[in-house]
Amino acid sequence: MLMRNLSGGLHRMEVEGATVRQVIENLDKQFPGMKERLMENESLMPGISVIVDGQQSQLGLLERLEEASEVHFLPAIGGGL
Amino acid sequence: MADYQPNTVLSTKEFNVVGTRPERHDALEKVTGSAKYGADVHLPGMLYGRVVRSPHAHARIKSIDASKALALPGVKAVVTGADFPRLSTRLIDVGEGALSNRAFMSENCIARDKVLYKGHALAAVAATSQDIADQALELIEVDYEVLPPVLDGRDAMKSGAPILHERLTTKGGPGAAGTLSDDEVGEPTNVAAHYEYVMGDLDQGFKEADLIVEDETHTKAVHQGYIEPHSATAEWLPNGEITIWCSSQGQFQIREQSALVLDVPVSKIKVIQMEIGGGFGGKLGVYLEPLAALLSKKSGVPVKMTMTRAEVFEATGPTSGTHVKVKMGVTNDGLITAAEAILVYEAGAYPGSPLSAGCQCILAPYVIPNARIEGFDVVINAPKTQAYRAPGAPSAELAAEVVVDEICKKLDMDPIEFRRINGAKEGTRRVTGPLHPRIGFMEVLQAASDHDHYNTPLEGPNRGRGVAVGFWSNGTGPASAMASVNPDGTISLMEGSPDIGGTRTVAAMHVAEVLGIPSSDVKPQVGDTDSVGYTSSTGGSSVAFKTGWACYEAAQDVKRQLIRRAATLWDVDEEDIEYKDASLYHKSDTALSISLKEMASQLNSTGGPVVGSASLNPRGAGGAFAAHIVDVEVDPDTGKVTILRYTAVQDAGKAIHPTYVEGQIQGGVAQGVGWALNEAYHFTGDGHMMNPTYLDYRMPTSLDLPMIDTVIVEVPNDGHPYGARGVGEVPIVPPLAAMANAIYAATGHRVNELPMSPDKVLAAVKNGGNGH
Repeated sequence: MLMRNLSGGLHRMEVEGATVRQVIENLDKQFPGMKERLMENESLMPGISVIVDGQQSQLGLLERLEEASEVHFLPAIGGGL
Repeated sequence: MADYQPNTVLSTKEFNVVGTRPERHDALEKVTGSAKYGADVHLPGMLYGRVVRSPHAHARIKSIDASKALALPGVKAVVTGADFPRLSTRLIDVGEGALSNRAFMSENCIARDKVLYKGHALAAVAATSQDIADQALELIEVDYEVLPPVLDGRDAMKSGAPILHERLTTKGGPGAAGTLSDDEVGEPTNVAAHYEYVMGDLDQGFKEADLIVEDETHTKAVHQGYIEPHSATAEWLPNGEITIWCSSQGQFQIREQSALVLDVPVSKIKVIQMEIGGGFGGKLGVYLEPLAALLSKKSGVPVKMTMTRAEVFEATGPTSGTHVKVKMGVTNDGLITAAEAILVYEAGAYPGSPLSAGCQCILAPYVIPNARIEGFDVVINAPKTQAYRAPGAPSAELAAEVVVDEICKKLDMDPIEFRRINGAKEGTRRVTGPLHPRIGFMEVLQAASDHDHYNTPLEGPNRGRGVAVGFWSNGTGPASAMASVNPDGTISLMEGSPDIGGTRTVAAMHVAEVLGIPSSDVKPQVGDTDSVGYTSSTGGSSVAFKTGWACYEAAQDVKRQLIRRAATLWDVDEEDIEYKDASLYHKSDTALSISLKEMASQLNSTGGPVVGSASLNPRGAGGAFAAHIVDVEVDPDTGKVTILRYTAVQDAGKAIHPTYVEGQIQGGVAQGVGWALNEAYHFTGDGHMMNPTYLDYRMPTSLDLPMIDTVIVEVPNDGHPYGARGVGEVPIVPPLAAMANAIYAATGHRVNELPMSPDKVLAAVKNGGNGH
């Protein structure tokens, strides 16, 4: 929902990029507004969790991607113990 | 049927120290009472602080007059919201990905314009004694404009509901809640966030179903129930340096949040971590720390503040009350074709319920081709919620697992077999998007179905067996450790994770395993913010993973340095030396060997001290699954539920210290049983909590619980040196549903509103329907 109202309802798309930052930049070219939704002051928006190939990324925008990597942007989860 | 002994570990790989059960390093202090907790801090000249709290659940503050209190002999300082910097509404990450809006965080510590729940802090007093501080509270005059409260999330979503924050805006994605900027126009709302996840074609999925089951569950706010109340002592020196002593789940997070609320640089604050008497998520945020600091600044001396139990209940964060609907379609063969879930989570007075985790966990155990999950984060006039053990997941899974249980009944299918047919595996795509990495759900189900408990018929009237499963994604984060070699060959280990569940011993075991020494030869301690590298909070079941790994790497660093030192000593190449079993050996010259202890005694004459360190931020925490089986007996005359037998099966990846893992599992079950049967915040219509004491807030005791049997399954997490997964949170996910399903099996009636207290169970039995 975060992105679908900017992507015309699409919730999966193929985008080029060697890093998460490049993916967001390229997403923004296809779907203007994406960068503003996902980034703030050239950093990842607080509260966004980037999942790369099924694992939470700890490098965020700097995370390097494989050719067929899957990237998901989800609300972050807080823990309790 | 497998021949399980009580508390079985189904181990797949053996180590020398990892997987054993050494004595905990803090045992003596904890058992003898010499361990120092937050309230044990005493400083020369220290004052005692107390908080003025709102008697109203919703009111505008018209004025605060502290002049009479300040005139009372012994009163040294008073602070109100006006003394604190007014902050922007920018969002910040307060640890573990939990978000807070800076202004909201500050106003939850001390209200400025409005009070939003009964117990909301609005002034604080420092005096020479606790009694004088208490007297001063009565002398502070507050003029309120009382407003109508809203106490239920569903009511708060309705048009015309009382509005808590006039400028709140609904966020549709990860940015979570915020407020409208000055030039934005928006309708007032109590809905802080609205999420939606979709996969496949939901309508088509339900068309393909032979059976569709739909149900709804409701839970009230429940508190973590830690034994130790919040306590903070602060000293603000004239040079602007601030020291805070407190027990928390993250000394660095307390530093960051205090710096934000006080608007001072983090480098000006040092937080000293005291021993912690339980947290479970409730001690991730600041409440008293900024108040004590500012009182210290005003008075010029240290100030200590400690909450009463009632304050802990009324003014700290329980977890959300929730309203969750689940609809699931299956074929006659028991294959899930579609599922839909709608979650309404009450955030309390400020945005930020654990809705995100609820959405991400609710359908995670299953392969579901067509699905939709929708969630709402709603503010109400109740204490701002805080994380509580697997935050958001237990009440979400309650709804899902009740529906799954009903499907199994209608299809006459074995409940574990249904879950095995539909269960998630490595590569299964979750409804929220990501693929599951290597997980142990199938192995957990196998162990549960093999267990004697599951294979022993439950006989007798009014008895029933419930089964439920649960998922928690587990967390990670930055962590730091420093290992110093002592002259006697022992290791002093400084690490950054507050120890709640025995994690300092787990940290020490990582070092001991690498260096081939006993765990008792490693002396771990938790550093303050000036003595150890940044470490994220003790939460998200992350400590054994991230801090354990940092300790592993620090020990590897020690090993490398010792090899270099031996090379110097013997004048040989480092490549020719190996470290094995706490000794250094030349690979070909058998005459050259030296033990760690001997080497340690010669460090200063061979180059100086050896200190290994590591800081990291690893990915690959690896999710955890659990399956629980419970037998209950329901008294048909009173509605009382007695637990006859409870078995919890869980994938730990690799249990570093199995006793601690078993303790985490048993503790999670105990809390889950309390949540299921007894615990709840009960409010009057005007928002006053009616049960803010342990006499009336009914947590289970040992008399309420059977021995909780555990089975630890070990499906290694590829992302950790020893295969560990977080273990602390997933055990509280299944108990709510397992208990609900067992009560249904015993009575033939569903009680879908928690707690399933005797009155609700009896009403369900007598009315022949839902107990809500």
